[in-house]
Amino acid sequence: MIINPRITDKLARIILNAQAFFTVGILVVIVVIIFFKGAPHINLEFILAAPEDMGRHGGIFFTIIGTILLVLLSILLATPLGVGTAIFLTEYTKETRFTKIIRFGVESLAGIPSILYGLFGFIFFVIKLRMGWSLLAGVLTMAIMILPTIIRTSEEAIKAVPRNLRIVSYSLSATKWETVTKVVLPSAAPGILTGIMLSIGRAVGETAAIIFTMGSSLRLPLSLMDSGRTMAVHFYILAREGISMEKAYATALILVLSILCINILAYYIMNRVIAKYS
Amino acid sequence: MDIKIRVENLRVSYGSSEILKGVTIDVHTHMITGFMGPAGSGKSSLISIINRMIDFEDDVTIHGSVYIDGNNILDGTVDEIHLRRRVGTVFAVPIPLPRSVYENIAYGPRLQGIRNRTELNTIVEESLKKAFLWDEVKDRLHISALKLSGGQQQRLCLARTLATKPEIILLDEPCSGLDPISTAKIEEALNELKKEFTIVLVSNNTKQIARITDYAAFFYMGELIEYGPTEKVFTNPSEKKTEDYIQGKFG
Repeated sequence: MIINPRITDKLARIILNAQAFFTVGILVVIVVIIFFKGAPHINLEFILAAPEDMGRHGGIFFTIIGTILLVLLSILLATPLGVGTAIFLTEYTKETRFTKIIRFGVESLAGIPSILYGLFGFIFFVIKLRMGWSLLAGVLTMAIMILPTIIRTSEEAIKAVPRNLRIVSYSLSATKWETVTKVVLPSAAPGILTGIMLSIGRAVGETAAIIFTMGSSLRLPLSLMDSGRTMAVHFYILAREGISMEKAYATALILVLSILCINILAYYIMNRVIAKYS
Repeated sequence: MDIKIRVENLRVSYGSSEILKGVTIDVHTHMITGFMGPAGSGKSSLISIINRMIDFEDDVTIHGSVYIDGNNILDGTVDEIHLRRRVGTVFAVPIPLPRSVYENIAYGPRLQGIRNRTELNTIVEESLKKAFLWDEVKDRLHISALKLSGGQQQRLCLARTLATKPEIILLDEPCSGLDPISTAKIEEALNELKKEFTIVLVSNNTKQIARITDYAAFFYMGELIEYGPTEKVFTNPSEKKTEDYIQGKFG
């Protein structure tokens, strides 16, 4: 069957448009549902007060702090390690069997379901190293979990920096380290930041691995050895145990809003970096 | 006349193909020496030995000696970072670093540990003046270097090299992508700069070699065919090949 190319073109345009609208539509529906179900229950008290009666009343302050501590510490731990590995793989070594093994390991780690990380964290950190359910065990587990993402995105970003820029830097008498820190990393920063953003998203939304390692006790973690609960875990327990759907949706909305804030902040930082190094 | 660079029986291979087949040549201090020859003649490889940028290529074997002020830079005792402070390079395509005009020029001096703002300001201004670019950019030192035109970018690269205060400047076909006016500005700058620096200019453009160099070398298939004062090479070449190349019969 022969169709007029012009009709084919129109058809393609319509279908592609529809697909784009469908994708965005799903996202909008999710956000709208969460917003309308959660917004009526959000007020200052909900954000700043301690939870009461397993979360049926009161606020979610402890879980906000738990989330912030977990995400912040695991990112602070995984970023230098991941970016360092990426620099090693791209700048300090040629393609050998060793780098292939590392890369294969990283790819494999990225594909492991989070529950397995949780199980590993439970067996190794919580039991074997006797950390108990604690912020520390959660942070270490989460750092291992997001490491592959940071390594892979950093590696791609570093590889995308034109070779010419390195050559110029060397010709101006820079050492390898100077070239990496002054030319390569600034140019790769937006890409690396994208990887960190993805990792933050994963850490904020994680439940399975966290319940196994950081626990789910509803209290304020004041030290690394305290257990605690993140917003995602709180949401899961509120909904799963049927404690309070209103509070669950309100927690979900705060979760979505904080991810939005982090993204806006990251865009701001990214634009600052791009403005300086372009 | 002083000799700045002495190359002795230099042989360079990439893998199994020999790209320089025993080249011996002296480059004189405070002169512009032109290297010309068709693609694959080995002229660019020769300058990448002098600044040891060839270290970044894979599978290279080098035999022979290259002396700068009498010290062999190939005998393993010379630190290549220190060498590249003495030997500056301008590449064929302008490659500004992705940052401001000012920061491009200050890059080299900062690597050398210069932090003082006034000192850096002076270096930036002097270097841009020497590269005949100052008047065009003095009011916009802090815009991105990527916003300059191609000709301005190449003079920026020259200024950036000058800012590291080298003794030798290597230019690898610096005008290959530039219009005649930008080319003239670079040539004008080089003519002034030879008072201070020893300059090696690689070029495919025989007219440019004739215009601005004091000595000219003709390379062909990895061998130095002819070398001498530019006037002699262009008016009375001793080799038939040189004459054919200059007259544009091949290349």
